[in-house]
Amino acid sequence: MPTVMLLLLTLPLAAALVCLRAPARVARLLSAVCGTACFGLVIALVPAAAHRDIEYLGFLRVDALSAVFLLATGFLYAAVAIYSIGYLAAGHGEARPARFSRRFWVGLNLFAWAMLAAPLMSNLALLWVAVEVTTVISALLVAIEDTDGAAEAAWKYVLLASAGLGLALLATIVAYYAGAQVLGQSYNLGFTQLLQVAPRLPHTAVQLAFVLAVLGYGTKMGLVPVHTWLPDAHSEAPTPVSALLSGSLLAVSFYAILRFYQVAQAALGPSFPRNVLLVFGVASLLLAMLYLFGQRDIKRLLAYSSVEHMGILAIGVSFGAPAALAGVLLHVLAHAAAKGNAFMGAGVLVAKLGTKRTGAIRGGLDLLPWSGPLFLAAIFALGAMPPFGLFRSEFEIVAGGLGSGGYAAAAILIVGVTIAFFGLAASVTPMLMLPATGQQSERTLARGEPSPWMVVPVAAGVLALLWLGVHPPAELTDLFSRAVVLLSRGRA
Amino acid sequence: MTAIVTAAVTATVAAPSALSGGADVIAVGVLLAEFGMFRQALLRDQVRLYAAQSVLISALAVVVAASRHLPDLYALAALAFTLKVVIVPVVLRRLLRGIGVTGGDPRWSDIAGSHTLGVASAVLVAIAVAAFGFFTAAALGIRSPVLPSTAFSISIAVILVAFVLMIVRRDVISQAIGFLSLENGVSLTALVVAAGLPLFLELAFLFDLLVAVVVFGLLIRVHHGRAESMSTADLTRLRG
Repeated sequence: MPTVMLLLLTLPLAAALVCLRAPARVARLLSAVCGTACFGLVIALVPAAAHRDIEYLGFLRVDALSAVFLLATGFLYAAVAIYSIGYLAAGHGEARPARFSRRFWVGLNLFAWAMLAAPLMSNLALLWVAVEVTTVISALLVAIEDTDGAAEAAWKYVLLASAGLGLALLATIVAYYAGAQVLGQSYNLGFTQLLQVAPRLPHTAVQLAFVLAVLGYGTKMGLVPVHTWLPDAHSEAPTPVSALLSGSLLAVSFYAILRFYQVAQAALGPSFPRNVLLVFGVASLLLAMLYLFGQRDIKRLLAYSSVEHMGILAIGVSFGAPAALAGVLLHVLAHAAAKGNAFMGAGVLVAKLGTKRTGAIRGGLDLLPWSGPLFLAAIFALGAMPPFGLFRSEFEIVAGGLGSGGYAAAAILIVGVTIAFFGLAASVTPMLMLPATGQQSERTLARGEPSPWMVVPVAAGVLALLWLGVHPPAELTDLFSRAVVLLSRGRA
Repeated sequence: MTAIVTAAVTATVAAPSALSGGADVIAVGVLLAEFGMFRQALLRDQVRLYAAQSVLISALAVVVAASRHLPDLYALAALAFTLKVVIVPVVLRRLLRGIGVTGGDPRWSDIAGSHTLGVASAVLVAIAVAAFGFFTAAALGIRSPVLPSTAFSISIAVILVAFVLMIVRRDVISQAIGFLSLENGVSLTALVVAAGLPLFLELAFLFDLLVAVVVFGLLIRVHHGRAESMSTADLTRLRG
């Protein structure tokens, strides 16, 4: 297993280095192979992580919790790397310059590398470093399109996310201070050490660290009211990057919050950290739900849907019941697949019709024999329709919430999710169902897919969602139950 | 009787030792540098002010290292000095030289007009925020093992004022420097409450800062290339 961890930490980096020099053909093939290989490696980690924590070299560590987030990132890395082959080829009619595709492939692999590295770290400090690296690399990827909108989105993103991570760094420092009161000055913020001594940590410092961490990492996760960079960055980035940002980057930030949550729960008891998460979660769900109505940009629409789902995750953790926590972890995976799919499907529509405006995209089902229905399936999955994975996860979260007495929050969750689905469906159904208008040129009106590379990963995502929804494999449920134990450990 | 006298003597505030007095003075210097960034009109001077602030932080690290016998901190001070006082300003200047901002052309090097508030109001707001941070942090009861707790309160004030700076100035340089000085504030906090943080973690933080500076520089170039100015006032296309 240590070999697998080392490979995960080195393969994408090596791929990025090769892409610096290699011609575009080699770069795209290499990235697709590397993405798929990393996904395979993560899957190989799952059975072991479901039973024990694996530590290596002092700074690498995988347990059930980190394995869930590795799975989400690994899956999306593979899907997006394959999708990008078609994305770069399809373009908007003109071929992209070689410099663009080289930057794109280097950036994509580096971005995936940083996101795979974050859950592998064994202490809060290196976790922060990895998350900050994901920020700066993804900011460059957001700016890569070289339009006014991309430059604006990238600046807002890098400034807001870095300021948020400044707070997260302060949280890390305060957590170190708290630990040093018990462990002495020479320890390195390892999760294991902190959790062992958690009941003896000073309360004020842990409270301060937790709130700062939720605010700081929450900025990157897209929790309201610190989500403002998110719709801009998601809408202006190239579609494959949007898919990674939404499905994986937000999840990695959520992972960082969960690590602080573990410590806070063990030190302070469950009610304080849960209440903090509940406030942020409800605010995110309610605000994002409203913003889903009347969005004029298809990718902004999906971005607000991400904010909504991050709110659901925060509410799910705030319930604290084992069923809800298992639901949260399943939700992370299912959201990665569904949102990745939705962005990739939207990318096909945009490539076909040459516009991101929801009012101008029409006739999706007529024009795109495969991507149209697949996009529709992804939207239904995002709205938590059965039989997809998000239905199962949200069902578990609500059931856990009702079981643990969080009636009001569970009710808000159900109503919010339903309204959000209406908002999403109200925008998306005209795009797919209404016939194409006459304004579009003859070329775009021909029925057919822009590229088969853009269909395969989406189809795989829908299959994964069905699998997660109908009958999740036993290894995965083992993994979840182990992670739930890790998340609920602490003072009762 | 003697017990009462002893109690009275210990209850009175002891005069600050040379060390804690010096540390407080340096911390206040960091805060003053932060305030200086509010009114700085030239890009070049803004970067210099950041370098000066970083010098103070490195000096404080040396003070702590000498007085508490923490040899790691000498290395940290040297590294922080090299990175923040030498490399970061050089990298920023080099990245910006290509677009002519460090030349004499006032159209590009002048960031004086980027205030959303008047300088006086901005400083008043910052004073209020700093006072809030100072007194709130003091009430938290976090005791530093190596330095007077006043330094902790000041570091929190620095962080909050850095946020105000990023909010009230509408040019990319001041905002980037605002973020970097926010990081300086966190470094100050780290010196006060986490002086024993292992050196390799500090190294990772510094390396990360370097990467962030390069990316900030690149994005400033991108912004300048599109907007033909340093102002962020026109970044209003994306909303809703």
